[in-house]
Amino acid sequence: MNSIVLLLLLPLSGFLLNGLFGRRLPESVSGWLSSVLVLGSFGLSLGLFIPFLNESAKPLSVQLFDWIAFADIKIGFGFYLDQLSALWLLVITGIGFLIHVYSISYMHGDEGFSRFFAYLNLFVFFMLVLVLGSNMLMTFIGWEGVGLCSYLLIGFWFSNQDYNDAAKKAFVMNRIGDLGFLLAMFYLLFNFGTLEYSELQTQIAGGATLLYGSWTIISLFVFIAATGKSAQLPLYTWLPDAMAGPTPVSALIHAATMVTAGIYLLVRTHFLFDLSPLTLQIVAWTGASTALFAALIGVWQNDIKKVLAYSTVSQLGLMFLALGCGAYTTAVFHVITHAFFKACLFLGSGSVIHALHGEQDIRNMGGLKKKMPVTHMTFLISSLAIAGIPPLSGFFSKDEILAGVFEHSVVLWSIASLASLLTAFYMFRLVFLTFYGEFRGTEEQKHHLHESPSLITLPLIVLAILASVGGAMGLPEFIGTHWLKHFLAPVTGAPAHAHHAALQTELMLIGAAVALGVTGIFLAWSQFKPGAKIPGSDDSLSGFPRLANRKFMVDELYSATIVNPLLLIARQAYTFVDRLLIDGLVEFSGKATGLGAQYLRKLQTGYIGFYLLVMVVCIALTFLFFFMV
Amino acid sequence: MNLLNIFQAVPMPYYLILSALLFSTGVLGVLLRRNAIIMFMSIELMLNSVNLLLVAFSTYHNDPGGQVFVFFIMAVAAAEVAVGLAILVTIYRNLQSVDIDELKSLKW
Repeated sequence: MNSIVLLLLLPLSGFLLNGLFGRRLPESVSGWLSSVLVLGSFGLSLGLFIPFLNESAKPLSVQLFDWIAFADIKIGFGFYLDQLSALWLLVITGIGFLIHVYSISYMHGDEGFSRFFAYLNLFVFFMLVLVLGSNMLMTFIGWEGVGLCSYLLIGFWFSNQDYNDAAKKAFVMNRIGDLGFLLAMFYLLFNFGTLEYSELQTQIAGGATLLYGSWTIISLFVFIAATGKSAQLPLYTWLPDAMAGPTPVSALIHAATMVTAGIYLLVRTHFLFDLSPLTLQIVAWTGASTALFAALIGVWQNDIKKVLAYSTVSQLGLMFLALGCGAYTTAVFHVITHAFFKACLFLGSGSVIHALHGEQDIRNMGGLKKKMPVTHMTFLISSLAIAGIPPLSGFFSKDEILAGVFEHSVVLWSIASLASLLTAFYMFRLVFLTFYGEFRGTEEQKHHLHESPSLITLPLIVLAILASVGGAMGLPEFIGTHWLKHFLAPVTGAPAHAHHAALQTELMLIGAAVALGVTGIFLAWSQFKPGAKIPGSDDSLSGFPRLANRKFMVDELYSATIVNPLLLIARQAYTFVDRLLIDGLVEFSGKATGLGAQYLRKLQTGYIGFYLLVMVVCIALTFLFFFMV
Repeated sequence: MNLLNIFQAVPMPYYLILSALLFSTGVLGVLLRRNAIIMFMSIELMLNSVNLLLVAFSTYHNDPGGQVFVFFIMAVAAAEVAVGLAILVTIYRNLQSVDIDELKSLKW
């Protein structure tokens, strides 16, 4: 069988097996089954990836059948594998496998153990469909599918209404973005009659003109789709709330894979963006403002997962900034390194939460370094990576983004730099408050404090190693070769920008980036070193910190301007249209029947003689009628 | 003179009138009497008035089909009588009466 199809079928079969029979399987079977199937997918992905190492490799295309065909519209059901999707396959299945293994221990004893693995497998399946789809509609299937899984997994512990609300919020926010996706598809269908990426690219490269819309409109719609899925301003609010899900979910879906789908989509359809400088400007500015905005919020959060969530939003903002500057490869590079260190950070926070029996407030942690050495070490490495300290992976990708942005606009560069300074600051605030100083939790928690089992620490170690050395795939030109740039050249176009910055500028930028990271760490140390005052309660804050702690009241703003007016309209519609008009009509027909029956039922006297009389009279009348007429 | 001639010697309208009289008697019996057995008998009367008419027509048209038909009707009527009487017996057991005015529980 075709290995692309098999690659997809493995996680799907895991979903079906766990979904149908999971309850009857013991935990270990259920968990390992899912994990091994994803590992199988990873093996197949490797097999598909290796041929692409040869520069002359051609993209693979599998058309299963014609899906929609009428008039001059033709949409196939097929898969397309090129360098970009092959890379993404490795990230999804590789990190996916590690997180599956982690979950076996993390979810141990949970009532919905097999349900959890069924959902995880389903997620991996849809994510693979998303990146392998040969046309936008196939991508859209995956796009919606991962949204569904995200919804299911955020609301995994559905007996808590807050979690359900968070799940619904994620779903609705994503739907807004999806509308952009749909509109973009309609525009492309109207103009070109096809949604195949390769065909669109050929037609557009051939200088096709638009009959409807403009490049800016179409690319903006694609971007709107991406802002929903990848949590950018103004649709980012669902991601911090999505932390309601189990921590492995946050790591897999809301840090490493699903939220990067927007970046994938933009890189996949970069030929649309290349034609619209205005959209690229908008992308860049949205990315930069999201990066700064989320980083500011992150500084004043006290929930370990919330900090990481805002950090994810901020990092995604940096990726969009890179995309907006036309540095597609750089964005992909940061997606991959970010997947390594952010997955590691989330899993590390999960390990901490696990050890503290559900405690998520960093003010009640501290001093975990001694008790949890492995978690501490991996968390520290990943934090250094995200802060951009050389030679860890985050340094290379972040420096590349900053360098790319600097060529583009100094203002954007300053915003991005400020965001990375803040990143280093809040990450190390987190590290110092969690792992250093004295333990501030309850005596009972202290008594039970222990390092997590090896199923949890092993994925952490693997991810920490990847986060350390992942930068090797994209070394700056003056050190070595930028492997990723050459690898992705067939997808994103010409490798290496023609106007390459001078070595001096580049070194200066690197120096600045490192200095910012170190400054951030130092600032965090000076404020939160062991023995320093821990952050007070949320109410003790005032002024700007209070505002940032309250997430700049964005949720309240949305409630006031959008949600509440909509609720008001809905309530009016309910009172007047539903209750008064529709219910009125329905109830009237019922009441009229009832009232008529009140009188008509008197005919049912129960006297047989009467019935017979009526019958005879009626028969007689009928005969009379027929003989007279 | 065979039987057929004897039958045909009576003019057709006589049969019609007799049959109509019998039928009307039956209808009146069903409508006016309260005793279920009498009503039942009246129904049989109506049935047989029709049978008579069938035989009369079949004789006048020299078509034995009508008479064959009458045999079938009689057989079915006999079965129907058995069922009807069984129902009457049950009613009597329940109500100690076969007065149809007593049977009025099926009403609004």
